[in-house]
Parts: sequence; C-alpha cells; structure tokens
Amino acid sequence: MKRIVYREWRIPPQRYWSILGVLAAVVGVGALAFGYMEHQGHWVTGMNNSVVWGTPHVFAVFLIISASGALNIASIGTVFHKPIYKPLGRLSGLLAVALLMGGLLVLVTDLGRPERLIVAMTHYNFSSIFAWNIFLYTGFMAIVIAYLWTMADRQGGPFNRSVGILALVWRLALTTGTGSIFGFIVARQAFDAAILAPMFVAMSFAYGLAVFILVLMFAFDDEGRPIGPRMLRRLKNLLALFVAIVLYFTLIYHLTNLYVAENDALESWLLLKGGIYTFLFWVGWVLIGGLVPLGILYHPQLSQDRRWIAGACALVIVGGLATMYVIIIGSQAFPIQMFPGRTVLESGFFDGVNGQAAPYWPTIPEILLGLGGVGVGLLITVVGVRVLQFLPESLADDVVPIDEETLDESGSAPKPA
Amino acid sequence: MGKATEMNDKTDRTDQAIDSGRREFIGVAAGVGAAMVAPGVILHAVAATPRSQPVSSDVRWGLLVDTAKCADGCSACVEACNEENGLNLQTKPERESDLKWDAQKSVWIRKVKLQDNQTGRITNLPMMCQHCEHPPCVDVCPTGASFKRADGIVMVDRHLCIGCRYCMMACPYKARSFIHDELQGQLTAVPRGKGCVESCNLCVHRRDYGEASTACVDACAAEGHHAIVFGDLKDPNSPINQKLRELPSRQIREDLELNTGVRYSGV
Amino acid sequence: MAKALLRASLVAVSLVWVLAAQTVLAAEVKRYVVEGSRAAELDSCVEPTERMRRMHFEFIKHQRISTVHQGIRGTKYSLEGCVDCHISYDAKSQPQPINRSDQFCGACHAYAAVDLNCFDCHASIPNKPDLDAEAQAAHRAAGVDLSAPSDRNGEGH
Repeated sequence: MKRIVYREWRIPPQRYWSILGVLAAVVGVGALAFGYMEHQGHWVTGMNNSVVWGTPHVFAVFLIISASGALNIASIGTVFHKPIYKPLGRLSGLLAVALLMGGLLVLVTDLGRPERLIVAMTHYNFSSIFAWNIFLYTGFMAIVIAYLWTMADRQGGPFNRSVGILALVWRLALTTGTGSIFGFIVARQAFDAAILAPMFVAMSFAYGLAVFILVLMFAFDDEGRPIGPRMLRRLKNLLALFVAIVLYFTLIYHLTNLYVAENDALESWLLLKGGIYTFLFWVGWVLIGGLVPLGILYHPQLSQDRRWIAGACALVIVGGLATMYVIIIGSQAFPIQMFPGRTVLESGFFDGVNGQAAPYWPTIPEILLGLGGVGVGLLITVVGVRVLQFLPESLADDVVPIDEETLDESGSAPKPA
Repeated sequence: MGKATEMNDKTDRTDQAIDSGRREFIGVAAGVGAAMVAPGVILHAVAATPRSQPVSSDVRWGLLVDTAKCADGCSACVEACNEENGLNLQTKPERESDLKWDAQKSVWIRKVKLQDNQTGRITNLPMMCQHCEHPPCVDVCPTGASFKRADGIVMVDRHLCIGCRYCMMACPYKARSFIHDELQGQLTAVPRGKGCVESCNLCVHRRDYGEASTACVDACAAEGHHAIVFGDLKDPNSPINQKLRELPSRQIREDLELNTGVRYSGV
Repeated sequence: MAKALLRASLVAVSLVWVLAAQTVLAAEVKRYVVEGSRAAELDSCVEPTERMRRMHFEFIKHQRISTVHQGIRGTKYSLEGCVDCHISYDAKSQPQPINRSDQFCGACHAYAAVDLNCFDCHASIPNKPDLDAEAQAAHRAAGVDLSAPSDRNGEGH
C-alpha cells in the first residue's frame, strides 16, 4: 500500500475548457429559463393550481437527496473505518456541496417571488418542515466544507472523525427532512406516509452513489488515472445493495397502501390506470431504476465490465428522476378524496371529476431550469477538481488501502504489521 | 370597547338560557331570533366604521352550507366572489389553451356536484377555504405568511409569501390558488399580485368594516336560495349557531380533526 | 500622521458630499406632489413633510402588519390614504396610476432609484365600488364597470 497522493485534474486545457463551456451553456440556458418563467409568470409552465410542484421540483429534490447520498462515501471511510473508501472522501464531499447547490438553486428560482428570498431568511415558522430544511441545507453546506478541510489540511486531521460523524448525522437528518416535506402532508393520500422519510434516505444513497461513480469514472478515464477492479467491485456492490433497499421500501410502501381499503383507488390508479404515471412507475422506477441495474450489477460477466457498470449508474439516475416524477407529480395529480363514497360529477376546480387525475404536462422552460441545476452542480465539481486536490492520482489495486474484504478473501494477503 | 361589553352581556344571558334548558331554549328560538335581529341591525350601523382595535378571539367567523338549498347549475356565489375580490381581473393570456387556463386561474370558491356511489343521490355544494382551527397550510408555511387571524380567518400575508406553494400541497381542500400571471387594475380593498398564493378570506375587508356578511352569502340570498349562512361560531345566538343547532351538519374530511369553520349539512 | 490626515480629509469630503446630496434631494423632491391632487392643497401630509420623506415606508410597513394581522384599518398611515390623496386626474378626469413615472410615488422613486413594488399588488388608483361621484364618472369613462352590487358602507375613509 502506497501513500495516497491527490492531484488537480490535469486534462488538456482545450478539453477542460470545452467541458466547462458546455456546462456553462447548460447553466446559461437554465438561467434564461428562470428569467422567462419569472418575467412571464408561472403560467408559461405546466404547473397549475392542482399540480403545484412540477418538473423543477423533480430535479431539485433529486439533486438534494443525491447530494446527501454522495457524501455517503466519505462517511463510510471516516466514520465506519473502511480505509478503502478514504481516498474517495474528498471528491465525495465536493460532489455533495455541488449537487446541493444545484438543487437549491432550482428550488429557489422556481419560487413565485424569488426576489423575496430574504424574507425566507428573516421570517421563520418553525412548525414548517421547509423552514427546518433551510437550516438543514445551509448547515449541511457549512459542515461539509469543514469536513473537506479536515480531510485536506493537516491541522484539520484531528477533527476528521468528529466532523465526519456530525456530517453523517446531519445528512441523515437532511434526507429525512426532505422526505418529510412529503411524508407529513396529511392532505394527499400518496404522501401521508412516514415511510417516505426512510425511503428518501435509501434513495439518496442509491442516487448519490450512482452520480458519484459516474463522475469518478469520467474524471479518471479522461485523464488516464487508473481505477482498479477491486475499488470498482466495492462501489458497484454497494450501489446494488442500495438499489435493492430502494426496491424494498417501494414494495413496503405499496403493500401498506394496498392493504387499506381507503387507498384502493390510489393504488389501482397508480399501478394500473394512471397513464404516464403508471408507465413511469413500472418502467422508470421499478425496471430502469431498479431491476435492470440490479441485474447488471450482479451479473457474473457484465458486472466486470466498467462500461456496463457506468450504464447501470446511468440507469439508476434515469430511474431516480422517474421515481421523483411519480412521487412528486403523480401524488398531486391523483385527486384529493374529499368526499369518500361519492363521485364528483362536476367541479369548477378539477376536484377529480369522475376520478380523473389533474392535468400536468412539463414544459420546456421547466425542464431547462431543472437541467440548469444539474449543470450548476457539475460546473462546481469540474472547477473544484481542477483547481484543488480532490482526486487521488490512482485507485489501482496496489495503491488503495487494504481492507477487511481482502483479508477474508485471500488468507495469504500480507497483514499490515 | 362598548361593543365588546355588549357582546359579553349577550353571551352571559344566553349561557343562562342554555343552562335553564336547551330544549326550552330551542322552543323559543324563533322569538329570540326576532329579538336578535333588531340589535343586530343597530350593531351593524354602529360598527360600519373601520376597525381600530385588533381582532380578538372572542369571535370566530364561519359559514354553514345547507346543501339541500344549494341549487344545481347556480353559480351566483362564485361570480359574486370573483367580482368582490377582483378575481375576474385576471384574464387568459393569449397563446394559452382553455384547459390550462382553467387549471391555472384563481378560484376562491367553486361549485362541486356529487353523486353518492351507493344511492345515486345528487348533492351540490360550494367549496372554499374551510378556515380550520388547526390549519395545515399555516403549519407548513416556511415564512409564516399563511396565518390564522384571531377571529378564525385563515389567510395569506402577501407581503411575506414567497410563492413556494407548500401550503397548496398541504391543504386537504385544495382551497388555495397561485397567481400565475401579471395582474392589472386591482381593487383597493383586495390587493393581489403575481407570484403569491391566495384563498378565500371570508371577505376580510368586509369584516374589518363591520359588515354583516360575505359576498357569496349575499349573492346566494339574492338568488333566493339562502343556502349559505355566515356568522360568529362563538356567539350562541348568532344565526349560524341557531341554524347549526337546528340542522345536522358535519365538516368535510372530519377525520383530520381540523375543526373547520365551514360546516355542511346534508353531505 | 499624514495618513491620518488623509483619512480625516477623505471622511470630511464624503460627509460634505452626503449632505450636499441630501439637500439636492430635498430640493428636488418638493416638486413631486402632483398639481391637482388633494395633497397639493394641504400644508403637509399626515406627518410633517420632512418626517414623511424619511419615514413613510416605516409608517406603511407598520400599518401593513397591524392591518393584515389584526384587522386594524382606521389609522392614518394607510397606503389607501396615500393613493386617495396623492392621485391626480387627467383632462378627462381619469385617475393616473400613482406609480407611473410622472406621478407622485413613481417619479420620486425613479429619482431616488428605489424599487417600488407596493403596486405589484395594491391598487395604484382609487378602485373602490363606493367612490365619490367624480371618480365614478371617471371610471365609467375608462370602461371600468363599478355597478357591481355591494352593500358596503363606510369603506375607505
């Protein structure tokens, strides 16, 4: 085992600036979309008085929980003493801050009155999960920056573990808080479930790790830094585990709902008759985001190939966006059951006339705004790895620290003295 | 101040009346009602100046909807509300489809027509903000813009509203609307503008000038239906309380235990 | 020593500038009360003019909290009052939006470069069903229908 050396990302300037240019263009287009939506008003979006949160929130929530999940790698290294993950800690922290920044920007730019953000920072209602989340998000940012300092600076070393533990607890609270934004809503059947909070934690692990692996592989391949099969095997096994946990929570969530007669209408709508939402649930959430990546990651041959692993990560991300779409938008589209045992024949306000779902169709500015958030996250990451020493020079098998797994697998491995 | 004392006296008197026997009291309700009308008129005339004291929790404003009287196809309450609060100032932006506009325009009160799945019985009713005692929209608002006034009116302080729309997610009655577009020609009494959330506020400007009822109630009465009664839920002698004693009534989504200020009979 | 002197003189110069700017501002502001509005006939607003210039937003903000949250409508600092008194009418006796760049609020805010967003939501002309006859005529001329039934009494004043 050698000493881990961190180096700035040194791809040729031309390539670096073109990557930066592309990302800046994505962010710029997102900014234009923001300007358009704010100037015109939200009527240019697909969002309405029935589906009040739309595609921007799909991206925002995805980015925010991914941010929390991306920090998982650092936590495993520091808090749970798995040395093999330690070299990845810095990138993990950087990605966490960057993704959170992207997600928050989307959330803020979608407000009806974004210029009043100062009001949100000076007036708090502490019974609101949202108000708590404002602190959870900003606190997370501060803690992770401190965490990065303990990882990178010799003076910070002694605080590494304690800050790491704080960051772990904080990010669990953050994801729980984000899940609770939905879980505490008693008004809508699909939301009113405590399981949403732990489910969001599981999702954050899966999505965050998928983003992390993709960014790691891209950065390393582009510069020709090696990632050994041992490291990759650990990462892909971890991802498979998280994806399986998400599927497990999904199953429990729907089993609970199916058991209760009150929710029959919701479940039969979502699972069978919900049109785009049914499609996104089965194909996006379950298949693309769950079963297919699981199949790839546990396949004896395919899981050895790093292109397939990268593909599985991409599928988890696509599936994750579909999951968010179903959870956030689908749950609003299903009509609120104000009059159980009765059918709404006519309504002046889309109260689910004859059980119909509320209309919503994403518009281009909304999608561009969401993608702009993704762009911001990646832009911060790309700048970060270029100017600071975030990436280890090598993750080859002979460089990364030995961990317990190796000791178990091959008894002949030299034990550290 | 004098008004408050007068009100307390009235309350005391009524309490005694209830103590002496509820049935007897209801028996003479008609007489008491007649006696109530006269002071009510005087009160109205006296209170027709702008309010100068903070609203107090001695009153709680509410509505009672008698669905038996709510006529199919009538939308007088909706139109009156749109007129009173300037909701009809919003117009469909060009290039926008009708369906999308219907889904995006502000609606404070709406007519709903229901059919019982078992019996096929048809019910018509107006839905609006239910003015909960424990409003979920107030709980979730991050800035405290969504609030409940001491007199029970749940409303939005548009100065604090940042347009996050979390209250709309949390409202079990889908009572709130977001203003999706620029607005011109606002009424002095009802300021509203793009990017904030709004909902029925029981004609709060009328409350503060001491008027007797709301636009929807007046319109319903003008049509001759008298399906909505407005009044003080804390005053045992108020018309709404007399009616509540008379008719069986319930709250929509009673299971949520929000103790709504709007009650329905015949649902 | 030289440094301290320099600093002191810089402070002095900037102070003079600030004062001069204030004077100019005050002199300029005088013109913003629009001829023909009710305010033009009065000696001062609900407070002395100097105080209004410096504090009007504080008054309005304070009033806004008590009005929205406590229902108090009777105090003298209402935005409705500003509009009622400072509004001016054109030759056809139509009210001119008060936030327009040649009207009372709009002109001074444009001069002082202070964002004015009260009128994003609030009516920028007196827009009440029980207006005085003159204003009602003006509204009818402008095609605003005010014939809506309303039994409101005593609103506004």
